[in-house]
Amino acid sequence: MSVPYLSVQDLSVSFPTRSDHFRAIDGISFDLARGEILALVGESGSGKSMTSLSIMKLLPAAARMSGRIQVDGQDIAALDRRQMEDVRGAKIGMIFQEPMTSLNPVLTIARQMTEGMVRHNGLSRREALATACTWLEDVGISEPTRVLAQYPHQLSGGMRQRIMIAAALALRPGILIADEPTTALDVTVQSQVLDLLVDLKARSGSGILLITHDIGVVAETADRVAVMRGGRILEVGTVDQVLRAPQHEYTQALLASHLTVEKGLKQRQAELEGARP
Amino acid sequence: MSHPVLQVVGLRKSFTANRRTVHALNGVSLTLGQSETLGIVGESGSGKSTLGRIAVGLDTPSAGELHIEGERVDTLSSPERREKLRQCQMIFQDPYSSLNPRLTVGRQIGEGLFARGESDWRAIRLTVADLLDRVGLKREFASRYPHEFSGGQRQRIAIARALAPNPQIVVADEPVSALDVTIQAQILDLLADLKKDGNLSYLFISHDMAVVARLCDRIAVMHRGRLVECGPARAVIENPQHPYTRSLLDAVPRFGRRRTGQKPVPVRFPQHEDGDTFLTVSEGHTVLQAGL
Repeated sequence: MSVPYLSVQDLSVSFPTRSDHFRAIDGISFDLARGEILALVGESGSGKSMTSLSIMKLLPAAARMSGRIQVDGQDIAALDRRQMEDVRGAKIGMIFQEPMTSLNPVLTIARQMTEGMVRHNGLSRREALATACTWLEDVGISEPTRVLAQYPHQLSGGMRQRIMIAAALALRPGILIADEPTTALDVTVQSQVLDLLVDLKARSGSGILLITHDIGVVAETADRVAVMRGGRILEVGTVDQVLRAPQHEYTQALLASHLTVEKGLKQRQAELEGARP
Repeated sequence: MSHPVLQVVGLRKSFTANRRTVHALNGVSLTLGQSETLGIVGESGSGKSTLGRIAVGLDTPSAGELHIEGERVDTLSSPERREKLRQCQMIFQDPYSSLNPRLTVGRQIGEGLFARGESDWRAIRLTVADLLDRVGLKREFASRYPHEFSGGQRQRIAIARALAPNPQIVVADEPVSALDVTIQAQILDLLADLKKDGNLSYLFISHDMAVVARLCDRIAVMHRGRLVECGPARAVIENPQHPYTRSLLDAVPRFGRRRTGQKPVPVRFPQHEDGDTFLTVSEGHTVLQAGL
């Protein structure tokens, strides 16, 4: 494997509380290479979203961070605010769960998509618009010129999430952090967005850090998976290893409580049979 | 099937916004039997939540009939309708916004009893404690406020509140989709348990096929304001007939399948008209046929 594009070593994040401090992340380490999808899976409060905020250096002011995060060989702790702004977008792209709140409601799609390209990739506005157009087509939007002139509220949730992905990828970041990118979407749209992420990874060679609570999504899309709970990584391995032969008790419990359609039917059947005298 | 507790016939609902009319329901007819759990599945915009809201009286239909326990309620005077609709209670998706943060848990569960005509708060408190017991919470929790509880506990409180007026029908609109998987399983078990000793029926609205498979006797699939397929849960899941039902089931993430990144062949769904009729596939399993 090539040199990891993203390397997180012994990362801890804590917040002061009235008497003590609360450890949101407790010494985690992982690597992510280009062209690879690593899934961080865990329940709410496991620290998975805090991890992505640490990498983006977007932690709340009260947070205290220790450990080392390297992006493309650079220690991000050493970067000042301006330098960090160049890392965000250009080297690390990010898409969030809620496409309504992460797009600016008062700017057109064209404006939001070209801003980063003009800034990071040195394109003219006209070039940036043309690039935005092709990316929108790539994410399956059929009338890109019309969409570019619209505002977020005029578009559906699925469309907005595609635009977020297109906007992030248009900057050709080394890695893309996708924090629950499909949780707010319908299953059919989720399916399209996941296909899109896998396709774009293959074509652009970006690495993807996929943060999710859904093991089914992990099974279908990720190459490797890290299971998080209480701010720690409990188990890490290839998707095959972890899902087929989970070693940690918690991973086993998580897999056991994952409900599939077949399992649901079986449970219901058992219940009905148990109910009969 | 046992006698119907809830029946809707040719239900229509349209909303007008910005001089545009949106047809949320285009003539939906279905029946919920006593002690039955009927799952309503479909994506956002399919009209499934509107259907649920009409069933509990939070919305009024533009056209069509609503029957509760064999009696038509949409033509009743509003006090009579309110009385009848007390048979239908609702559980919402988000237990953070559906509970009143300024009322104690006991107070908001008790209000349903008070509204039913029980005026002795001492008796109400006793019933509330029993209800908390039934949903797996401590009786003492009645004096606490919603913010002191986790998401799963709050959903239990919301369930207790729905059960307080002793309804025949509970409409649950995505009751577990905001919860962690381990908590989801507990709430689904609770909903199944509550039904065991009684005549409770559920109208269970969800986009999650696995959850519906776990809980429901029958499944009704909605698409663009119409019912497109309906039948016993196993029949619909194992032998889906409508192209939309198939695509919905196919989209569910599963183990042992890998995404290749290849764009799937786009599926074209039939454009249904008002005159379209249902074809019976097997006993109780029907699918909407596009007109020729």
